[in-house]
Amino acid sequence: MNFVAIKMLVGDRAKYLGIILGIAFAAMLITQQASIFVGLMTRTFGFITDTGYPDLWVMDRKVQFIDDTKPMQDTRLYRVRGVEGVQWAVPLYKGIIRARLPDGTFQNCNVIGIDDASLTGGPPNMVTGTLSDLRQADGVIVDQVGARGRLARPVLDAEGKPVLDEKGKPKTNPLKVGDVLELNDKRAIVVGICRVQRTFQSQPVIYTTYSRATSFAPRERRLMSFVCVEAKDKPADPALAAEHIKALAARIERETGLLALTPSEFSWKTVVYFMKFTGIPINFGIAVVLGFLVGTAIAGQTFYQFTSDNIRQFGALKAMGVTNRRMLGMILLQSVIVGLVGYGLGVGAASGFAILAKNSELAFRLLPETLGITAAAITIICVLASLLSIIKVVRLEPAIVFK
Amino acid sequence: MTTAMSKPASSTHPQRGELAVHAKGVTKHYGKGDNKVLALRGVDLEIAYGELMMLVGPSGCGKTTLISVIAGILDRDEGELSVFGNDYAKQGQRIKTLWRGANIGFVFQQFNLLPTLTAAENAAVPLMILGESRASAVKKAKDMMSRVGLESKFNSLPSQLSGGQQQRVAIARALVHQPKLIVCDEPTSALDATTGHAVLRLLKGVALQEDRALVIVTHDSRIFGFADRVATMDDGKIVTIGKPSEVMQ
Repeated sequence: MNFVAIKMLVGDRAKYLGIILGIAFAAMLITQQASIFVGLMTRTFGFITDTGYPDLWVMDRKVQFIDDTKPMQDTRLYRVRGVEGVQWAVPLYKGIIRARLPDGTFQNCNVIGIDDASLTGGPPNMVTGTLSDLRQADGVIVDQVGARGRLARPVLDAEGKPVLDEKGKPKTNPLKVGDVLELNDKRAIVVGICRVQRTFQSQPVIYTTYSRATSFAPRERRLMSFVCVEAKDKPADPALAAEHIKALAARIERETGLLALTPSEFSWKTVVYFMKFTGIPINFGIAVVLGFLVGTAIAGQTFYQFTSDNIRQFGALKAMGVTNRRMLGMILLQSVIVGLVGYGLGVGAASGFAILAKNSELAFRLLPETLGITAAAITIICVLASLLSIIKVVRLEPAIVFK
Repeated sequence: MTTAMSKPASSTHPQRGELAVHAKGVTKHYGKGDNKVLALRGVDLEIAYGELMMLVGPSGCGKTTLISVIAGILDRDEGELSVFGNDYAKQGQRIKTLWRGANIGFVFQQFNLLPTLTAAENAAVPLMILGESRASAVKKAKDMMSRVGLESKFNSLPSQLSGGQQQRVAIARALVHQPKLIVCDEPTSALDATTGHAVLRLLKGVALQEDRALVIVTHDSRIFGFADRVATMDDGKIVTIGKPSEVMQ
């Protein structure tokens, strides 16, 4: 009877496509919105991922997320270095500094100051130049997106006026090695272009040495944002290494009064902050719920209509000896088929979207977990959509065929 | 008035004249309280193997309710009912449904063919319900369709067939699993007179066998002559039963 169930379903092409489209639409919307949400959340801790190397991030206890820096005195660095089990500890500056552009406008930049001596914590990918170029006087490395976008230099004519393109917008040239920037009225020379993960605020990212970054920054008594720590004598086994690092974190916290977090803990703390104190999850949640509801409504209504239109045929089948259990199996089979096809099409469309968005500014990160969540949602949609039909058919009196 | 033969079915290979259906004092009501309607008021009926019985009477007299009870689609309230020695009252819903699938063939007024299945696949449905593979079921269905004169319509969809052809597919479907009882509800009402007679000739010629009984509910007095006996119903009771010529008078 599976054959009969399948032919009943696919034979009515209009309704079959209607159900499939409803489910595919829901699957696509849920996957796409959830992936954009994940992409945005990933950007919130993009800097932590880029920095990569430290076992522990040590910071003021009041820090809530990566961009919420609470500067510490430099002496804290020495206290951390003094904790038993610390292989090395380096300072890190992270702050917003205004850059003055040649046309006189200002642009806030995310300035990262890395350890002068070791240059550890630099950008993950260099496009032009090398990390060691930072040792040149006033040297800075600018991220590619910032160099092409907000920090791009306007093209000026002989009279010093901006040249406009065909759309009437000022023409710009990307910032390049050798160009000069003004950071808080101090001279900085571009010595390299790097590629970093897009940040949540999408501000240009400028890497320089710690001492130079603190000289760019407005004078404050405390300037050190973080201390990056590498643990000594880590076991090779990942589980044991994790325990070892956790023990070191506890020791640092106990002995310095600071907060010590692993990169994943700090990333999660950042995500939790954004989820808790911004409307982002609610906005995306609404879109996901909307996709779920619309998908359920379309699929449910069409599936029910399909059953209603075939009710005499279902009645005839019951009269001819099809039990309720088998009828249930037939409807569930139909439901599984439309669920699988709809899920495949929806997730496929979302994946296509991901491929198209790969080089765009859109935050899109498709995780296996998202596919699992979508699959669960589609399962629920299919169960809900078929439930009304199942109730209708199970309650159906086969005597209907004689009416 | 002719009385039915009262010899009970004696073996797994019943002979013409043995009882296929025995109903005594069967009652059935619909609704509750003030809305309660008595559809059957103590029906007595016997149908023998090899017999074509027609149930006739005005609308609402209980004909359809009676064949629904005989076919095990509706439960009776009171009375005795034995169909090939089987008492539905002693069966659960599932067993009754399975039994119905194996022993009863249906021909409906509106044909009730599945619109997305071909004619041969439609005719094969009862065999597939009984668990036979699709290929084998369709092969047997094609044989049966050839017997009802539809050998050129195996792959046609119901929408591509005339009313008479659809009813012949329905007859093939009712016969394909060799049931012992064929129940037909107004099989000619959707057909013109010529096609209706052709369908009845087919039913009588192909479906009626010594080990099988046919019950046909109809309004169509033009086909009474095909019956062995005609039972006239009124207000939930059988008021006359006899040969067609007797009832026609």
